[in-house]
Amino acid sequence: MTDTSQSPSRRALIGWGGAGLALGAVAAGSAVAMTRDGDSAPAGAATGAAIAFHGDHQAGIATPVQDRLHFAAFDVKTDDRAEFIQMLKDWTAAARRMTAGQAVGEGAFGGLAEAPPDDTGEALGLKPSRLTLTIGFGPSLFEKYGEAFGIADARPEALVELPKFAGDNLDKNRSGGDLCIQACADDPQVAVHAIRNLARIGFGKVVIKWSQLGFGKTSSTTPDEQTPRNLMGFKDGTRNIAGTETDRLKKFVWVDGKEGPEWMAGGSYLVARRIRMHIETWDRTSLQEQEDIIGRDKGEGAPVGKAKERDEPFLKAMLPDAHVRLAHPASNDGATILRRGYSFTDGTDGLGRLDAGLFFLAYQKDPRTGFVRIQRNLAIDSLNEYIQHVGSALFAVPPGVRDKDDWWGSTLFSKEA
Amino acid sequence: MRAVRLSVTTAIATAAALAAVTGCTEKGSSAGGDRVVNVTATDDKCEVSKKEFPAGHVELAIENKGSKVTEVYILFPDDRIVTERENIGPGTKQTVTAEVKAGDYTIACKPGMKGDGIRQTVKATGKGTVAKRDPRLDKAVAAYREYVQEQADETLPPAETFTKAVKDGDLEAAKKAYAPSRIGWERTEPVAESFGDDIDPKVDLREDGLKGDQKWTGWHRLEKALWQDKKIGAEEKALADQLITDLKEWQNRVGKAEITPTSMANGAKELLDEVATGKVTGEEERYSHTDLVDFKANVEGAQKAYDLLKPVAKENEPALVTELDKQFAALDTLLDKYRADGAKTDQYDFISYDKVGEGDRKELSDGVNALAEPLSKLAAAVVTK
Repeated sequence: MTDTSQSPSRRALIGWGGAGLALGAVAAGSAVAMTRDGDSAPAGAATGAAIAFHGDHQAGIATPVQDRLHFAAFDVKTDDRAEFIQMLKDWTAAARRMTAGQAVGEGAFGGLAEAPPDDTGEALGLKPSRLTLTIGFGPSLFEKYGEAFGIADARPEALVELPKFAGDNLDKNRSGGDLCIQACADDPQVAVHAIRNLARIGFGKVVIKWSQLGFGKTSSTTPDEQTPRNLMGFKDGTRNIAGTETDRLKKFVWVDGKEGPEWMAGGSYLVARRIRMHIETWDRTSLQEQEDIIGRDKGEGAPVGKAKERDEPFLKAMLPDAHVRLAHPASNDGATILRRGYSFTDGTDGLGRLDAGLFFLAYQKDPRTGFVRIQRNLAIDSLNEYIQHVGSALFAVPPGVRDKDDWWGSTLFSKEA
Repeated sequence: MRAVRLSVTTAIATAAALAAVTGCTEKGSSAGGDRVVNVTATDDKCEVSKKEFPAGHVELAIENKGSKVTEVYILFPDDRIVTERENIGPGTKQTVTAEVKAGDYTIACKPGMKGDGIRQTVKATGKGTVAKRDPRLDKAVAAYREYVQEQADETLPPAETFTKAVKDGDLEAAKKAYAPSRIGWERTEPVAESFGDDIDPKVDLREDGLKGDQKWTGWHRLEKALWQDKKIGAEEKALADQLITDLKEWQNRVGKAEITPTSMANGAKELLDEVATGKVTGEEERYSHTDLVDFKANVEGAQKAYDLLKPVAKENEPALVTELDKQFAALDTLLDKYRADGAKTDQYDFISYDKVGEGDRKELSDGVNALAEPLSKLAAAVVTK
């Protein structure tokens, strides 16, 4: 149990989902990108480096998109403000250690034989794997605990209830949440370890409401790398906001103190949508129709009528209900969001169909002028025949943890209640 | 990182030792103290760095330099196990601690985890027979032993009511008497489980737990007959007699079980584990759906052990005690929601678990996790170093 060696069987098991089900292209692309040290480990497993936890903004937004995701939404179970704040501090301390590749608390072994170890141990011997942990606060936190926590007046106007969109078929057991943690890493075991240990620290204070595993990023913030493909087989996020585009980040992603409540300055808003794809019917769709629906060609990813992926799209050349045309900023008063989604496959459903799709994650300065604006425009999207939104959540993502004394949510909770 | 971690751990261990007034004067250093025995295990050797050490807390620092996975034991002269550590991989180090009285012991390494192992005789020296334990903990153990015996004694009458109904062929009376006959057992199950394969598998096994051609006996076999097959035959009547025989053996042996403060604390946690894996899911009582009765009894048994350990735990870890009090109360309140109409709080009349919906099951599960996680820290709060 206290063996420090890695757990190949378990890691292989989780890794298999990515390697086996990513339809080749994504997995192969990732493997090339990630095994730069020549390690023979599975895709993304052993690349190493740590992403800084401290900063003006939380990591996991503009930082490079990792290969794997474990996203968890929590509900709060305590109405004791001090207890909740202490948990946020405990979480921050654990996150600080885990993102640096260290075990939680006093580690996974070597402690009292009679007591369970602080850390669950499955990440021992694994590299930091660019783990990022990003926290967000949902509208229901303010509704349910606004008074108890003394934050009733602090709810940002932008933290709306998302309206119902055409075609939504939302499962309440996969929607909402008082809090969320987005764990991204190049090794799935590192991401799962992080959520598992935070959930354990949270017992009695918070409970997991729902969670989602994702494999294979579907967007990147690093345009120099090959653009990843989603499960429809198309390149996704070609024109996504890059981590280096300071101006676009400032314009579209980061909240500044003037527009929202002060505690959100440097933060952002996260929309999470579980988008189920009707994989089997999509796969029977002719290539021409697939390319018409998306508005890009399947091989190169070039916009209709263009030769190269990064050529400027000419929207009028696309069908009026093509996805890229409807989602493009030019069709949405310039609305632009930073996408950070992942493909998911949760096995198969009772009808033998892949329970698969896109776990869409998007960061923006204001969801009303970001996701809501764009999603309304997608009401006539021809892609809708092949997808269904089945889960939905919105979170206010506070600014970064500044230093070793700072903690998640300090700007929201540091005022005396 | 490892060095830092070890020193922190040692500091805690030392603090615990002082707090518990064991009279030991442990050095802050983990390695080289006279209470540390280095054990070097290879495929054909089991070398110990010393053959004599003071009675009380002892630490084996094990290193497997062999090519096989090994395990290391400290054994009493009669081969009863004092403590053990299994699955020590080649090239790895492990630490195992124990509290030993003065006397002769054997340290055994078992390369390949087979056979009697390679043995070394060692001696724990000292004039006292054992490192003195906090007398309050001795009292707690004695009180718990009494409780466990009482539960067994009080289980027999309702169990006989149940088996009599079975033998009378009275299906309805047997169904009614089934869940109440299990309460004392469910409250103290970890103690019975400590007897190994002797009693628990005979009386409380579920069908999916059967090994090979093992014969299925006990409560759940009868549960299936009553609720699923809805008939009582000659075999069920014989099994009813067998259940009483096995429960009497439990009654005779349970008072002699080895109980320590840490086994009490971890036993309390195990009761919550039982709830988390068996009751919350509805697997334990899949035919009768009386899971909530077991649930309640498990929590009561855990609370009993906790209450007895609380005075010491409160001194060592006051925040933990506050949290446990809160979570025990919260879970009790939650369970009260599921009492049958008109049932009093001193009764065990709960609604059928198949009527408890998914959302409510999740709430129960959340409540169990909220209690079980801090409860897993109770042993450390009462451990005697």
